[in-house]
Amino acid sequence: MHSLNFLFNKMNGTAKKLNIELPNFKQVIKLPPVDLEKLRYGTDLIKRGFAKMQKGGVIMDVTNAEQAAIAEEAGAVAVMALHKVPADIREAGGVARMADPVKIQEIIEAVTIPVMAKCRIGHVAEARALESLGVDMIDESEVLTPADVFFHIDKKKFVVPFVCGARSLGEACRRIFEGAAMIRTKGEAGTGNVVEAVKHIRLINRAIKELQNMDEPDIVNVAEKYATAYRRLIDSIREEQGIDRFSKDDIVFEEYSFIEITDEIYKILLEIRDMQRLPVVNFAAGGVATPADAAFMMQLGMDGVFVGSGIFKSSNPPEYAKAIVEAVQHYDDPSVVAEVSKGLGEAMKGLDVFKLEESERMETRGV
Amino acid sequence: MRIAVVGVQGDVEEHVLSLKKAFERAGVKGEAVATRKKGIVSESDAAIIPGGESTTISKLIFREGISEEILQLAEDGKPVMGTCAGLILLSKHGDEQVERTETKLLGLMDTWVRRNAFGRQRESFQTLLHVKGIGEYEAVFIRAPVITKVGNKVEVLAKYGDFIVAARQENSLALAFHPELTDDTRVHEYFIRMALE
Repeated sequence: MHSLNFLFNKMNGTAKKLNIELPNFKQVIKLPPVDLEKLRYGTDLIKRGFAKMQKGGVIMDVTNAEQAAIAEEAGAVAVMALHKVPADIREAGGVARMADPVKIQEIIEAVTIPVMAKCRIGHVAEARALESLGVDMIDESEVLTPADVFFHIDKKKFVVPFVCGARSLGEACRRIFEGAAMIRTKGEAGTGNVVEAVKHIRLINRAIKELQNMDEPDIVNVAEKYATAYRRLIDSIREEQGIDRFSKDDIVFEEYSFIEITDEIYKILLEIRDMQRLPVVNFAAGGVATPADAAFMMQLGMDGVFVGSGIFKSSNPPEYAKAIVEAVQHYDDPSVVAEVSKGLGEAMKGLDVFKLEESERMETRGV
Repeated sequence: MRIAVVGVQGDVEEHVLSLKKAFERAGVKGEAVATRKKGIVSESDAAIIPGGESTTISKLIFREGISEEILQLAEDGKPVMGTCAGLILLSKHGDEQVERTETKLLGLMDTWVRRNAFGRQRESFQTLLHVKGIGEYEAVFIRAPVITKVGNKVEVLAKYGDFIVAARQENSLALAFHPELTDDTRVHEYFIRMALE
């Protein structure tokens, strides 16, 4: 990343060549008189740090300024700005894309807490647009229609932090390698059914435990297996060409070779083994609908909870939102969870995940 | 010595880990306890309010009555440290955002704060600062607030441009940045020394 001074000098240099006058940016931007060379933006520390500030909190899906205000008032730590909640995206069908920037801006102006927004898997242009709008975190989300069947976004190249869904430790490691500052379970969004989120938590937690019994050569093998997903593009091309050749030094994703990716994932796995958890914040998402659902997610060791359709598809959103925040706070106190669940009215209706067609499942998108 | 980290929301675990390392490095026997309930802060020698969302943390500490315990602790002359969101909660004078969200403050420090003073997350940054009593320090600012004005009992410990980003008033210590996110434990050691005095 270039320092601002570097950029200013470069712009001034270009302006001089073209013989045009530029305003004094240092004054226009009103930067404090500090040493700009020491100033750094968008580092891993800053991106992961942002996610850490969300811990123990509830992030709520909202579709307009009024809903955002209700979420903030209820004690949400952030809101996810959408044009439709996942349940409605599911019902509407068609291609689901980034929300209208007008909507996102309206929500950004309505609240003081961070605002997140979703882009399609692999859609770099949507992500850049969201970054320029001032969104605080981007969710590269399977809830929208994927834009790239081969790759996710190379998130290291962004200043804004990303959250990504994962169903397994392999998916989580790949997203962390790509630069995700936060992981969430995929669950099965818009169903109001927590079964898939629980499955993904169990799969990831158990896989982390398994690492404890492995020595370094075993972990190298796991890393290589996890990295294989990055070979899909090059493998399909060479298969068509009838070439049966693969070198670990081949560049497979952005500027990274297969061996570099394996190596990075290996380091991430060692970190996970030592920490006994993911090195980034890990939230539950996808089907969390009631206060008890949210408390259950926390009991399973999650750092916090995303609630999508659950709140604004219920019969009493303000009360529901408050109840879910309290349930997350007191997840280890059953009497509080019981108390806040009293007389809340109807929860969202929900769907039986097992009756969904394979094509209707969102969680299988983006591996 | 026991230091409580008010753990209703935010980067609580990071403070606990930093404290553990700081106790070791300072050669002080002590424990760091995260708490989401009443009854721990009042039994501690000092308390930390972590980074997180000030609107959320405020609601929860006032709802749970942890706020009264923090105020009592401070009245007993024991130290209280707030980082980022914690800095906002320690101050007496909020800004327009604090008022709009009806965020209740503890008011332990005669400071005027501005939330999200640098802008949104993309404007979050890290930089080298000079902190009085500590020295050169790599400070991480995340959607950080600042102190814009202080009363005469407040000692300014660090400035970033015109903004005050670290300050102390008697036993209260407020930082706009996150000492708990790096491996440098000098701020936590400084706080432990405050608790020893």
